[in-house]
Amino acid sequence: MFDYNFHWRAAFKALPDMLDGAWVTFQTAALSMILGVIIALFLVFMRQGKNPVFRGFAATWISIARNTPSLFQVYILYFGLGSFGLHVSSWVALLAGITLNNAGYLAENFRGGLKAVPDTQLRAARSLGMSAPQAYRLIVIPQLLRIVFYPLTNQMVWAVLMTSMGVIVGLNNDLTGVTQDYNVKTFRTFEFFAIAAVLYYLIAKLIVAVARLLSWRLFRY
Amino acid sequence: MFNSTFSWNDLQFMLQGAWVTILLTVVSMIIGTLAGVVCGMARALLPRSTIPLAWLLDVFRSVPLLIQFVLFNALKSIAGLDWSAFAVACVVLGLYVTAYCTEIVRSGVLSVPLSLRRASRSLGLTYWQDLRRIVMPMATRVAFPGWVNLLLSVMKDTALVMWIGIVELLRASQTIVTRIQEPLLVLCIAGLIYYVMSLVIARLGARLETRWQEND
Repeated sequence: MFDYNFHWRAAFKALPDMLDGAWVTFQTAALSMILGVIIALFLVFMRQGKNPVFRGFAATWISIARNTPSLFQVYILYFGLGSFGLHVSSWVALLAGITLNNAGYLAENFRGGLKAVPDTQLRAARSLGMSAPQAYRLIVIPQLLRIVFYPLTNQMVWAVLMTSMGVIVGLNNDLTGVTQDYNVKTFRTFEFFAIAAVLYYLIAKLIVAVARLLSWRLFRY
Repeated sequence: MFNSTFSWNDLQFMLQGAWVTILLTVVSMIIGTLAGVVCGMARALLPRSTIPLAWLLDVFRSVPLLIQFVLFNALKSIAGLDWSAFAVACVVLGLYVTAYCTEIVRSGVLSVPLSLRRASRSLGLTYWQDLRRIVMPMATRVAFPGWVNLLLSVMKDTALVMWIGIVELLRASQTIVTRIQEPLLVLCIAGLIYYVMSLVIARLGARLETRWQEND
């Protein structure tokens, strides 16, 4: 049945390159998370505002991000934008696709989080003489952060896993891309992808561990 | 600008792809839900002895689905199994669903108050009767929204199977794009099909949910 010799040594020789790839993967995911959080906050405020154009824009963004596959989103950014004469690199397409996706999902999380912070908190802060930005910064945001922290961690892990789609649009310097490059050269698919899987697992676990440490530090009171 | 070589046959080809997407979703959801209910019940009722199971299932959630597909496809060839790509995709997606479904079922079962189960036992129900008639119906209501979300996300994740060579909706549209060179139009149609499919599932799920909550 097992008529196959595993060649692990070749795969381990590629490990330094794959670690570089893992670093790119992590950077891409982190960048998409930062941009995603900012955009998600804008979307939440747009959706709560009165301007119907902004409301419609935010609602459309969120429903498209949540109801279509993330691979499709990357695809339409990579191939579709060419119709407008915009030729983006695969890394930009991947980053934009993941950011779009993250922003859509995070906006929903933030909306739920904002709902969970009672209105009276804001009013009490205002009546104690805080300005609106102060009230948001000192009262609402700390409570909101506590609620959305766990979903944020989850979304970060998701972002790391989503970066693996870059290889489909031809990205070759992230973890999956590097792995695929070696795979094409050596045809040792199982060995290389097994190591990639282990690395992805470690990255995901590392993020969860750091988040747990952070939450222990941040939410002591 | 508005004349296109996109023909009726192309749309049919894409709808065939959509059918493959639906088929994959349904098969993997059936496999995953059955296994997930068993594992989830075990996780909730025997939390100590099933910790290794939790570790194992956690792996499927922490490794990208794309890599799981490639790994299993390679493993299949190494083990000399003569499976089609569709079968491999079903197995991998099934395991993926199992990993998530286990958590959903577990939290559903744990949401049933212990006092309720004690009450049912003291009314003379056996352990299994209690599980079947008290815990299962209550856990189902709690777990159902999560299950619908899982169904939606799996439907979207099936797009990744194109990497191991199955022609589903996205791959079908890519094939058409390669031929007629109108990526925006074709991809928008593909997106619309995905959008409609998830909207239908979400609406049906919401309706079923409200119907179940009538008596609460």
